[in-house]
Amino acid sequence: MGLIEAIILAVLAASTPLLLAATGELVTERAGVLNLGVEGMMIVGAACGFGGAWLSGSVIIGALCGIGAGVLMSLIFALMTLGLAVNQVATGLALTILGIGLSGLIGSRFVGEKISLAPHLHIPGLTDIPLVGRILFGEDAFVYLSLALVIGVWFFLYRTRTGLILRAAGDNHTSAHALGYPVLRIRMFAVMFGGACAGLAGAYLPLAYTPFFIPGMTAGRGWIALALVVFASWLPGRLVIGAYLFGAVTILQLHAQGWGVGVPSQLMSALPYLATIIVLVLISRARTGGSTAPAALGTVFVPDR
Amino acid sequence: MKKILIAATAAVLATGAGLLGASAADKLKIGFIYLGPVGDLGWTYQHDLGRLEMVKEFGDKVETTFLENVSEGPDSERSIEQLARAGNKLIFTTSFGYMEPTLKVAKKYPNVHFEHATGYKRDKNMSTYSGRFYEGRYIQGIIAAKMSKSGVLGYIASFPIPEVISGINATMLGAQTINPNIKVKIIWANTWFDPGKEADAAKALIDQGADIIMQHTDSPAAMQVAAERGKLAFGQDSEMIKFGPKAQLTSTMNNWGPYYIQRVKAELDGTWKSEDFWGGLKSKLVVMAPYTNMPDDVKKLAMDTEAAIIEGRLQPFKCPIVGQDGKEVECKGGTHLDDGQVLGMNFYVKGIDEKIPGK
Repeated sequence: MGLIEAIILAVLAASTPLLLAATGELVTERAGVLNLGVEGMMIVGAACGFGGAWLSGSVIIGALCGIGAGVLMSLIFALMTLGLAVNQVATGLALTILGIGLSGLIGSRFVGEKISLAPHLHIPGLTDIPLVGRILFGEDAFVYLSLALVIGVWFFLYRTRTGLILRAAGDNHTSAHALGYPVLRIRMFAVMFGGACAGLAGAYLPLAYTPFFIPGMTAGRGWIALALVVFASWLPGRLVIGAYLFGAVTILQLHAQGWGVGVPSQLMSALPYLATIIVLVLISRARTGGSTAPAALGTVFVPDR
Repeated sequence: MKKILIAATAAVLATGAGLLGASAADKLKIGFIYLGPVGDLGWTYQHDLGRLEMVKEFGDKVETTFLENVSEGPDSERSIEQLARAGNKLIFTTSFGYMEPTLKVAKKYPNVHFEHATGYKRDKNMSTYSGRFYEGRYIQGIIAAKMSKSGVLGYIASFPIPEVISGINATMLGAQTINPNIKVKIIWANTWFDPGKEADAAKALIDQGADIIMQHTDSPAAMQVAAERGKLAFGQDSEMIKFGPKAQLTSTMNNWGPYYIQRVKAELDGTWKSEDFWGGLKSKLVVMAPYTNMPDDVKKLAMDTEAAIIEGRLQPFKCPIVGQDGKEVECKGGTHLDDGQVLGMNFYVKGIDEKIPGK
């Protein structure tokens, strides 16, 4: 395996949890809901995903447990912000704090246990193609699933009627409501989708990255996913660029250190953040008329009856 | 994100009249500040094992509280002060970055005793304690040089503080006794704990030709990557063989229990005073995990080296020590570098090609 191939494989793995979580949050925010609890949903997804896989011996069951846990967490958020019209920012932060505590509690039984990593795909003929085979057909299934998910989300948002209605609910909930669309129900499904993606992103860490559970193992990836949504101007295509760029610079700076590039490692560690912000800001400046924040993002909607 | 876990010491004598146990007033309240979660399987995990050992020793004479996930720097001051205000009389702050905050709180609370791990600043009511982890690293260096086929060691470092730098130097000094041309590739993760990033660093090192992985970060991620790729690795802080049954050579384990027992006993007896404790293999604060996955001659060499360090026949930092710049380092300890030089180490020894970050 060549070095470049090894680097690309590492980048794919490092970017996938960010892309998964950010895709979910993008849909949530497009519906007008700002859920800052991504980190909390992720870490609970990691704990339950590991637990499920450890108890059952199946990666798929683990992934489903992660998704389920993310959805349950997001339902708490939906109940508070949509049902009781509580402030979304405060609820999201509380959800993260809750998630970190809860995951420690759930995971305490599993700390120190180990599972086998999700198998890497092997499609005879395709995976063996020199240079690109391992990259295009030889990673774990989650990597390709996350890409398919983004494409699906793009298609849903821009090519389906339901996607248009969801965006309408995020841009002007009063008008959407006046037209007879169930704004709160749309938002609830969007929040649940965000929870499912965050849960899966969290579960990806113990299932396919480091096959054990340790409290706090998401280490801030949920916050990076949140930032990626903003810097990608709420557009799925830019989100893919942002997530892969962040992953790529993360891995490359580690390699650069190994090669002995004479740049202080503290600066190197900051590079993924700097590079991602600069590139995404440049893209949005170059292409004017692009999307901006959903107009009703973060605002509470109480339908008048 | 700080979660308060009050670990009320188990009232062992839960019979009849003893139901209420001793009232809180006569118990010595002891606080701990932890960097990571207690389940990190590394640094914090070992401190908590030490705490539990101490609690077992003193039973209902003590009541312990710990705060986990306390980030280093100014933020930790609040947490330390919180413990002091809550009536804890002895407070252990268990990471280098708590040094200044601990010192500040110690000045504010002269009647509370503080114990800071791995630092070098003391006060009337503030002790320091640490482990001579470099002794274990020296043995690891010897094993690594014996076992490496590529002659390139991969080292995942956390932050460029003296403890980490002395570890890298001790590794190289040990390795150079076997192979004078041994190389080390160092990647700074700039974190103590981020399993994903630690795994990425291990992958990068292996992809660049390192066949032995050593780490100064806290999770077993690197061990697991080494195992997956069929390479060898050293555990860190705790026993990690479960994550690499065919990969772990040994692990330098931190054994804080005996020290915590000794200090709490002093506090209970009223004989506590500010001290500087630096224990190594001899005082069993540093313990080597079983030597595994190596031929018998390497194992014997490792055990002989360990015995020589324990008996004082061998000093990892014995003079002459030549720095990266080719100049000999002043030998303040007579035959070896003195403790101050090791505790404040801010240079690489000859044979390391890279620069210390930020220098």
